[in-house]
Amino acid sequence: MNYLADVTALARKDLRLELRARDTLPAMLLFVLSTLVVFHFALPSGADEVAAQGLLWVALVFTALLGLARAWAPEREDGALEGLVLAPCDRSAIWLGKSAAVFLFLVAIELVALPAFALFFSPLDAGAVLGVLLADVGICAVGTLLAAMAAASRTRELILPLLFLPLAIPLVVGGVGASVSTDPGRYLAFLGLYDAVFAILCWASFEYVVSE
Amino acid sequence: MATAAALVGLAIVLALLVAPEDADQGISQRIFYFHVPIALTAYAAFGWGAWKALLLLWKREERYDLESYVAIHQGTIFGALTLATGSIWAKASWGKWWVWDSNQLVLFLVLFLFYSAYFMLRFSIEEGPRRENVSAVYALFGVALIPVSFFAIRLAEDFIHPTTFTRDGPQMTGTMFFTFCVCWVSISMLAYALYRVELLGKRLDSNLRELREALS
Amino acid sequence: MSSGEKYVAAAYGVVFVTMLVYVVIIAAKLARLERETAELAELARKRSLGG
Repeated sequence: MNYLADVTALARKDLRLELRARDTLPAMLLFVLSTLVVFHFALPSGADEVAAQGLLWVALVFTALLGLARAWAPEREDGALEGLVLAPCDRSAIWLGKSAAVFLFLVAIELVALPAFALFFSPLDAGAVLGVLLADVGICAVGTLLAAMAAASRTRELILPLLFLPLAIPLVVGGVGASVSTDPGRYLAFLGLYDAVFAILCWASFEYVVSE
Repeated sequence: MATAAALVGLAIVLALLVAPEDADQGISQRIFYFHVPIALTAYAAFGWGAWKALLLLWKREERYDLESYVAIHQGTIFGALTLATGSIWAKASWGKWWVWDSNQLVLFLVLFLFYSAYFMLRFSIEEGPRRENVSAVYALFGVALIPVSFFAIRLAEDFIHPTTFTRDGPQMTGTMFFTFCVCWVSISMLAYALYRVELLGKRLDSNLRELREALS
Repeated sequence: MSSGEKYVAAAYGVVFVTMLVYVVIIAAKLARLERETAELAELARKRSLGG
């Protein structure tokens, strides 16, 4: 169970860093709330209640991007990523620990954002909430790996959205479907499939992304 | 390369003149003879690129990086062509330059975005093993994305648009099918020939650069 | 030409032009490579004569 211990230790480190610095979470929170308000003005009157559900997903994806851009910032700033990579733990544990931390951040944000959405627009049912949770797994898994790729690039934060958005499209489809449709089961199953496929792919390939 | 060109010539003749005209769509159906093979070739190119990427990560031989890159480059060009011919066909069939109804076209749009980002990623990293690894992993994500996106787009139909037409493949008579196969084979051969030529050019380029450094 | 024919022509035309452009780019690249090889051969010749 050494692997699990490594993952937990890494995730705890990130949580502690964020609790101390308190820069990413408040920014994400403010961003998502501001975005929701912008959407109110962006939706012409008489627009579907359903359209608003779709916009929730836009808000979530872009808020996640904001957080992901900073996901590897602590490691980058201290040059700690090289150190972590040389450490005796399995490289994929680094990815898992970081994804878990990002997941917790995202869920924390959503604890405020989802009620805010219900307040501003329309209530969310269980299907929608489950959809959000399942999609979060996919967002964090894929996003953390892509953020590590972006960290290797010259253009850093600029390229992360370009890498992330095409891969996020299936998640948006699954999430909006779960929120909107009368039979969310299919969409939730699809989200589960996405999570499984890409989590395995990320877990297996992370070590190549960070090594020389 | 010459065989490929000749075959393409034959294919064009067949597609335009020999094959019988489709009852429903008229002459614009002939676009299919090339649109579909180009799409299939793009998929094949992406798959080939991902296979080479896997080989790179597995065997660690440097040549796979260039082979993967050229394959993906081909795939992206053919993907762009798929979008272009698909768009023209959409205009011919429904009067609009873009329709969200055609699942294949939407899938290609998503893939085109994905693989365009491949190039931006690749060229923003310093040349070296890091770039090779990152490119390879991204290429693998691409082939995972193809089926996942396909299902997503299918699922999205239910709440985005009700589909207004049945799926693409027309029922083909014998001659039509033969024409289609000829076109497919010819496009595939053309793509392969272009792949080899481009690969050769890039290898020559890098060898020459090494030689120049050694001599100066 | 009927409009249907125009579109077919456009589609085939686009494909053809793209392939043509591709071939032209490759041809230009090969020309450049040939020039460079000639230069390097010259350099090598001078090296072997001088050294």
